[in-house]
Amino acid sequence: MKKWVSTLLTAVMVMSLLAACSTKAPGESSASAGDGNKDGKKKHAIIFKNTGNPYGEKMMEGFKNAVEEQGNEAILKAPDQPTAEAQIQMIEELISQKVDSISVAANDEDALQPALKKAMNAGIQVLSLDSALNPASRKVHVNQADPERIGRTLIQGVAEMIGNEGQIAILSATSQASNQNIWIEWMKKELEDPKYSSIELVKVAYGDDLRDKSVSETEALLKSYPDLKGIIAPTTVGIAAAGKVLTDKGLKGKVQLTGLGLPSEMAEYIQSGVSQWMYLWNPIDVGYMTGYTADALVKGDITGAVGNKFTAGELGEKEIVADGEGTQIMLGDPFKFDASNIAEWKDVY
Amino acid sequence: MEDKGTGATIAASQPATGGTVKTRSFASNISKFREVGLLGFIVLLSIAVQIRNPSFLTLENISDMATNTAILSILAVGMMLVIVTRGIDLSIGAILALSGMTAALTVGAFPDLHPALVIMLGTAVGWISGLVVGFLVAKVGILPIIATLGMMNVFRGLTYMISGGKWVSAHQMPSSFKGIATGSFLGVNNLILIAIVIYLVAYYFIQHTRTGRQIYAVGSNPDSAQISGIKSKRIIWLVYAIMGSLAGLAGVLWVSKFASAQGDTASGYELSVIAACVLGGVSIAGGSGKISGILLGSILFGILNNALPLINVSPFWQMGIQGGVILIAILVNAFVKRGVDRSHLMRRRI
Repeated sequence: MKKWVSTLLTAVMVMSLLAACSTKAPGESSASAGDGNKDGKKKHAIIFKNTGNPYGEKMMEGFKNAVEEQGNEAILKAPDQPTAEAQIQMIEELISQKVDSISVAANDEDALQPALKKAMNAGIQVLSLDSALNPASRKVHVNQADPERIGRTLIQGVAEMIGNEGQIAILSATSQASNQNIWIEWMKKELEDPKYSSIELVKVAYGDDLRDKSVSETEALLKSYPDLKGIIAPTTVGIAAAGKVLTDKGLKGKVQLTGLGLPSEMAEYIQSGVSQWMYLWNPIDVGYMTGYTADALVKGDITGAVGNKFTAGELGEKEIVADGEGTQIMLGDPFKFDASNIAEWKDVY
Repeated sequence: MEDKGTGATIAASQPATGGTVKTRSFASNISKFREVGLLGFIVLLSIAVQIRNPSFLTLENISDMATNTAILSILAVGMMLVIVTRGIDLSIGAILALSGMTAALTVGAFPDLHPALVIMLGTAVGWISGLVVGFLVAKVGILPIIATLGMMNVFRGLTYMISGGKWVSAHQMPSSFKGIATGSFLGVNNLILIAIVIYLVAYYFIQHTRTGRQIYAVGSNPDSAQISGIKSKRIIWLVYAIMGSLAGLAGVLWVSKFASAQGDTASGYELSVIAACVLGGVSIAGGSGKISGILLGSILFGILNNALPLINVSPFWQMGIQGGVILIAILVNAFVKRGVDRSHLMRRRI
């Protein structure tokens, strides 16, 4: 028995060793290889979390558009596995390729720091997008979500849906979720505007991002407030659960639903009209703005300090603002998903 | 009491006592019903919630509550059998997710598949998972808590592997599949009907079949059960397989109900199921547990999940209230049970 167990254990160990080796071998998708530096082109690299992620592919597409619009060269990379180790190896490769900038959607906030420090010492501009790096290992972070714009847009959206009158409720994630809480703060600030005087926010419910709890909370909202006109759910599990409840109870048109959700999760309910539209950031725009930010850093138009301003192509003028110890750039208004565009986005993310 | 015939000392299992004495008054029958404390507590709790929010005891809310509790109550049946054999199964949340994901991916690929076949597929996935767990516990002899903890991670990992970490969303599922959970027969939701059928079958199985009684024998005294010729290992293997099948079935129902399959579906749900069993008087030490008990335990859990959002308290208080109510329910139940046991004992002496 003991022998058998130890043989098995050895086998498992060998397997995991092999597996570890294979994850370290990075798969990459270089859009355009070669040394473009000779003709004065800048080389801007982006590293996403992992391959095969349609969300990341849209982001890289936006990045490539922005970089090529300015006549520069984009290097698109993503590891097979979403690990920091794989990203570190890619950063090392990019340093030896002598790129001008590296934009990273970090798999680990801190683990990339030594590699990125090395890159910065080699004169490479480093910035993060989507998932932030710690402030010490980046010049600036491109933030997809501007809390103020999200909060205000959600209220504007629901006000339009319910005709500026009636009771609304918010179905959030957990009561401790920092993102959602900031958005709810901004929603409340927007509601202070006199033009919303006929709208009453009756309750903020918390579905904890669990399907079953979100369903129970939605059902409770409908029963406790029979005159409820609209629900705002700034979380994808919440908005999909609310959409399901409204569908099952046949309340389409009676209770309006909007919020932030993944297009794939919400496609069903947007196509059926239970939710006329909802919002989320557009990954193409996140990538696009990163492309312009990287170029502005390389050109020296901005240094990544608070107050720096630059023009990000079609997105217009952007200003760098503080984010804890570091700095960031906000993308702006969230993107609106409705019946006209949901079919195109539902397979993306 | 066929148990006596097997030679097992079954002090804690009492199911046959109710039927033997029909001549006694209703009051004395009620006093023998050990879960009477729990039942009383549920009634009081319902009245309290009703005063606070009049929409609680409406037909619509009761129907919603029963639908939302059906899956938990189905799982509680399997978990009771496992706990009765002195085991525990922590892998059911993961089995549920695995079976749900398998079902969701299958209907995504073959939208014309009949819902009954999908249910069978999910149950089969759960059954196989349960067989593996049961094999580790019964044949290899790994402690149930360790074996199921390990397999929990294996099944969870498998779920992420087959889905590639992606979610299966409502628009990828045909309406026939979503109809499993939303459909109804004679005005009663399918989920409730499925739960009722399972409870009836389980009641017959554990009260009136030899195998069912052997489960209790194995749990209350494994050594005597072994000596009296019960194939304990096979019984233990069986209960994990039943648990797995029920978890597999629950997975299909879950995904159909919420119209979404995620890798982390029902993560931590096993603890709710175990809590519902314990609330219902199933002894963690094994050997005792009743269908009526876990039914009440599940109902209390369902009421809590339904009522807490309705009574409009701060979310910071919700968890505290939930824990407090569970604790009080267990205490009340334990006190009443002790009283009932004492009166049983006195009757025996006379």
